[in-house]
Amino acid sequence: MDALTTLQSRTVVLPTRDIDTDQIIPARFLTTTTREGLGQALFHDLRYDRDGTERPEFPLNDPASRGAAILVAGNNFGCGSSREHAPWALLDYGIRAVISTEFADIFRNNSLKNGLLPIIVDVDTHQWLIGHPGVELHVDVEASELHLPDGRVVEYPIDAFARYCLTQGIDQLGYLQQQSDAIKRFEEARPWKP
Amino acid sequence: MTEGRTLFEKVWADHVVVPETADTPAVLYIDLHLIHEVTTPQAFAQLRERGLAVRRPELTLATMDHSTPTTPVSSFRDLAVVGEGAANQIRQMEQNCLDFGIDLYGFGSEHRGIVHVIGPELGASQPGKTIVCGDSHTSTHGAFGALAFGIGTTEVAHVLATQCLLQRKPRSLAVNVSGRLPAGVTAKDIILTIIGEIGVDGGTGHVIEYRGEAIRALDMEARMTICNMSIEAGARAGLIGPDDTTIEYLAGRPRVPQGDAWDAAVSRWLGLCSDANAVFDRSVSINAAALQPMVTFGTNPGMVVGVNDPVPDASDASFRKALEYMKVTPGKPMTENPVDVVFVGSCTNGRLSDLQQAAAILEGRKVADGVRMLVVPGSQQVKRRAEELGLDRVFAAAGAEWRESGCSMCLGMNGDTVASGQLSVSTSNRNFEGRQGIGARTVLASPATAAASAVMGRVADPRKLT
Repeated sequence: MDALTTLQSRTVVLPTRDIDTDQIIPARFLTTTTREGLGQALFHDLRYDRDGTERPEFPLNDPASRGAAILVAGNNFGCGSSREHAPWALLDYGIRAVISTEFADIFRNNSLKNGLLPIIVDVDTHQWLIGHPGVELHVDVEASELHLPDGRVVEYPIDAFARYCLTQGIDQLGYLQQQSDAIKRFEEARPWKP
Repeated sequence: MTEGRTLFEKVWADHVVVPETADTPAVLYIDLHLIHEVTTPQAFAQLRERGLAVRRPELTLATMDHSTPTTPVSSFRDLAVVGEGAANQIRQMEQNCLDFGIDLYGFGSEHRGIVHVIGPELGASQPGKTIVCGDSHTSTHGAFGALAFGIGTTEVAHVLATQCLLQRKPRSLAVNVSGRLPAGVTAKDIILTIIGEIGVDGGTGHVIEYRGEAIRALDMEARMTICNMSIEAGARAGLIGPDDTTIEYLAGRPRVPQGDAWDAAVSRWLGLCSDANAVFDRSVSINAAALQPMVTFGTNPGMVVGVNDPVPDASDASFRKALEYMKVTPGKPMTENPVDVVFVGSCTNGRLSDLQQAAAILEGRKVADGVRMLVVPGSQQVKRRAEELGLDRVFAAAGAEWRESGCSMCLGMNGDTVASGQLSVSTSNRNFEGRQGIGARTVLASPATAAASAVMGRVADPRKLT
């Protein structure tokens, strides 16, 4: 996992709430056995017509949004299926952070384990960001701060361990493996065995 | 007096290997890891890259369900997997299970089926266990008083390699369902009502415990339907305290403890409940006596309405967009909408009692002209039992298709799809845009409502056909 300490980018805005992981990547693209190359399937059925042409009204297809690495989305982003293909597709497309007022639990967990930063902001900040698509934002991941172009600094909540792993580029499997003695002791001491 | 603990807190505490701190999450032990072909290939690849073994293959149970076809065959050898991607996924699953020493209930196994149907069927899902799977509907197994939740593929690798997960403890939410359920109203209607009440994000960050007289009165299959859709309210998990109904269901199943160990397990299991003075972070109450058959009208499971009630209206853009996609008119009941497809099946409603509810409506009746109805058993065992009871003949006589087991039309990735623009009444769990196929319009309902809709050719109240 690549370390993420700061991020500077324009935003692209999808104001719809409850965008589920079937919207982020439809199930028919899940018959893959790798993590790579899913960016082209990102938001596929919202992004493209049936004949494969881009839908000009979809925000990601706006030429001004190309290259934006920060997605501002409606409340409860990433609900539904546990598919990790959702953060894989967002990252492969080039998104490194998503800003919303709330994230579904599994999507948030999956994102943090892949170096995609979920940023939870208050309703007022969220409304402002939705009303100002394409603004340039600066994210200080170490300080958990979002810097708006008008000088406002918004602190966002993030689990301390997740932030540490994100900023150091640490993958959590290595950390878990270091617990193997404790795991062995736990298995031996249990009063019942599964 | 010490503060009481909830059932969830007891199961959680029983599995903490390393407690959480402000800086680090808890290391939580996992008793049962269910795996399927779609969310595991990248996890096994990670194990291979690092030269790791599966720590406890005997605590891992594998099957194939998501990308497998359900077209009727006389031998499993004739099953034609749709697409090279799916075929490759299935080959990799077989190879991975072979290489890492995991029991696979694959093609040819009489126990193959949807992962959340076979875990309980085999008696592997037991009270007090922690159960995970790379699938959000793992919450199903909470019906047994287990702490069961969905995880991503990276976490699948964590469990394969260490039998543990890094977790922050969720909050608790009590959902009390009092009173008696009226005739013709089912577990599906209870859970759709709850999701409508608390919203699709109402349970985020919480583990739900379903309690009360109406929950106690449900059989295990109905309890599984309730817990299954906990994730549709955003909850991390949903569970129900074990009781005699739970024990009766588990008795004699292949993977339960045997002999003295069974007696010891039963006494431990029956002691698993929330203390009378336990404090939940939040609670919600529902009166079962006031419930009616429910159907969804929008594009998430919280957009739900009584089958005869007018579809509500709202001015916000997301709501209007959903109604536009569904081609549904506010102020009119869903019963005015003609139906193209009816799907009975899935991990929500693909068990024997679900098929019996649908068959009771279809007996002596016909699926309306122009309606395609699929009945997909949740497992090969459900299929066998249904055939012993003659349900397959009831479905065939009515003009419905009787299929092999699998996830089928719940998610359009195995060949079973709903065509663009068509309206499907489905006993599955998600009415998201395109979930059943590009442009498909999904109405979630109980098996009885789905069967009644197939007969009437439009969304219908099953109480009018009994």
